[in-house]
Amino acid sequence: MYMNLLPLRNVQLYVNNYRLASTLVLAEHNDQKLNPLTLNAVTAAKKIGHEISMLVTGKNSEAIANNAAKIPDIKRVLFSQNEKLEANLPERVSTILSAVQKQFNFTHIIAGASTFSRGVIPRTAAILNVSPISEITTIHSDDSFSRPTYAGNAIAKVSSKAPIKLITIRATAFEASPSDGGSATIEKLTDIEINTELSEFLGQELSKSERPELAGAKIVISGGRGLKSGDNFKILYELADVLGAAVGASRAAVDAGFVPNDMQVGQTGKVVAPQLYIAVGISGAIQHLAGMKDSKVIVAINKDKDAPIFQVSDFGLVADLFKAVPELTQELKK
Amino acid sequence: MRILVGVKRVIDFAVKVRVKKDGTGVVKDGVNHSMNPFCEIALEEAVQIKERKEKAGKGPVEVVALSIGTQKAQETLRTALAKGADKAIHLEVDAAFEEKLEPIHVARAISKLVETDKYDLIILGKQAIDDDANQTGQMVAGYLNWPQATFASKIEEEDGGTHLKVTREIDGGLDIARVKLPALVTADLRLNTPRYSTLPNIMKAKKKPLEKKALKDLGIDLSLQTEILEVTEPPARQAGGFVDDVPSLVKNLREKGVI
Repeated sequence: MYMNLLPLRNVQLYVNNYRLASTLVLAEHNDQKLNPLTLNAVTAAKKIGHEISMLVTGKNSEAIANNAAKIPDIKRVLFSQNEKLEANLPERVSTILSAVQKQFNFTHIIAGASTFSRGVIPRTAAILNVSPISEITTIHSDDSFSRPTYAGNAIAKVSSKAPIKLITIRATAFEASPSDGGSATIEKLTDIEINTELSEFLGQELSKSERPELAGAKIVISGGRGLKSGDNFKILYELADVLGAAVGASRAAVDAGFVPNDMQVGQTGKVVAPQLYIAVGISGAIQHLAGMKDSKVIVAINKDKDAPIFQVSDFGLVADLFKAVPELTQELKK
Repeated sequence: MRILVGVKRVIDFAVKVRVKKDGTGVVKDGVNHSMNPFCEIALEEAVQIKERKEKAGKGPVEVVALSIGTQKAQETLRTALAKGADKAIHLEVDAAFEEKLEPIHVARAISKLVETDKYDLIILGKQAIDDDANQTGQMVAGYLNWPQATFASKIEEEDGGTHLKVTREIDGGLDIARVKLPALVTADLRLNTPRYSTLPNIMKAKKKPLEKKALKDLGIDLSLQTEILEVTEPPARQAGGFVDDVPSLVKNLREKGVI
């Protein structure tokens, strides 16, 4: 009765807001611990401003869920634990995520942009028949966002009319939320049927390193084609160890086989925004700049004074890297 | 076996794009365009699978290239035909709609084609270097309920051709997934090195079939879910200048407080 008196448009708005104002953050983890970029996604969820739940999937998700429940501002942690969720294959996680969405009707589903979420979020969006939004860097309101396009050379401000916003966020654009002090409720989801025929996890080869993770490091030192060989990267590792830095690379260095591809910084590799980025023997192609130009301070060491990297560097040193890098390592040890 | 490959025409990767003053997009007129680099890799992989299977007597394989766009998408399709695709499909849209096209529409179109025209494998690039969305492949797989192997750096046939073993580039290294055909694969940079088209092949490509259709005649939902409000340039970064030597570099960095 009452509703009939309101203009139709308002009724629609009221119904939408009432039913849908809540956000689900999709947790990422490796069965041991939560991936730090989940905390960046929580910060983005807080900016959107609705009640926040988190979904943890995996074969060992209960332990992760218990930790996730300590993240402040999260109301509820849902977890789905099943042997079939080993390695969180996208086909299987999407089945869980879409079923959870149908049960709880979130307005927003958010994850940190990573190879995991890039697999899961668009697939789930198709199952739910909505248009997802990739790698946002700014939240203007709960339906309007900015995201870089053209390798970061154009920023598109978009408005989404999708009834459910499925979003990945660029971790470097949002601070990590605190991970302790909260007390969310924890709820185990009833088993959802998973099709195991489609795909199977066979194994993984992870690059082992004592150094900090590239994506979250405060200092990153990257090498390019100028290093000339994989062996020569050791001068960067020595410098990195003095600074407690992570080591990255340009596509040229990866393609030449100097270092593994997961070290690649750029449009199609990792995006970093450390306090200090030292580019060594990197010319500064558009695709590389896309991955590092939001660093606070950029240093370039290159023997070609016309290299484009010097157009974005705060401090440029025109020098032979094979002399300058060891000298820098020595100087910093003083 | 039939393989569908999606190819997108984009501003060439080497071009420094310029944002239009009115904030509606980037300048495209008079700007060099080419096939999206990841699509080239997807196509090369399809052609290599065809060559490998046919050589081993496990053929025939048909490689079909698909592009959605204005009339100009046909240039990209001719390139695909010159590089070894057997047939091309052009789903035409006007320039105004092309600007607004979302991965969801492309995914719906591909899924629709698969309903009527059977494919065993769809290979797409992992992302287009213009919208950088990295969505279409995963959405196609979602619509079709096919397995997806994204960011592929190696594809091997298994079990006499019923499955694929795909090595994928993930954040911490590599992982290996086994997917059942029909499947969707997206190509990463390191999957292969695309070939150049030779002049004789470019000539031959002119005679290969190119089927034209309007996207709107496909009967899929083309309503827009994402509106572009404004496109702007990122904040410019000022070049800071040069330092003379390593000691002065260290001094500057210490003053900045970053080391």
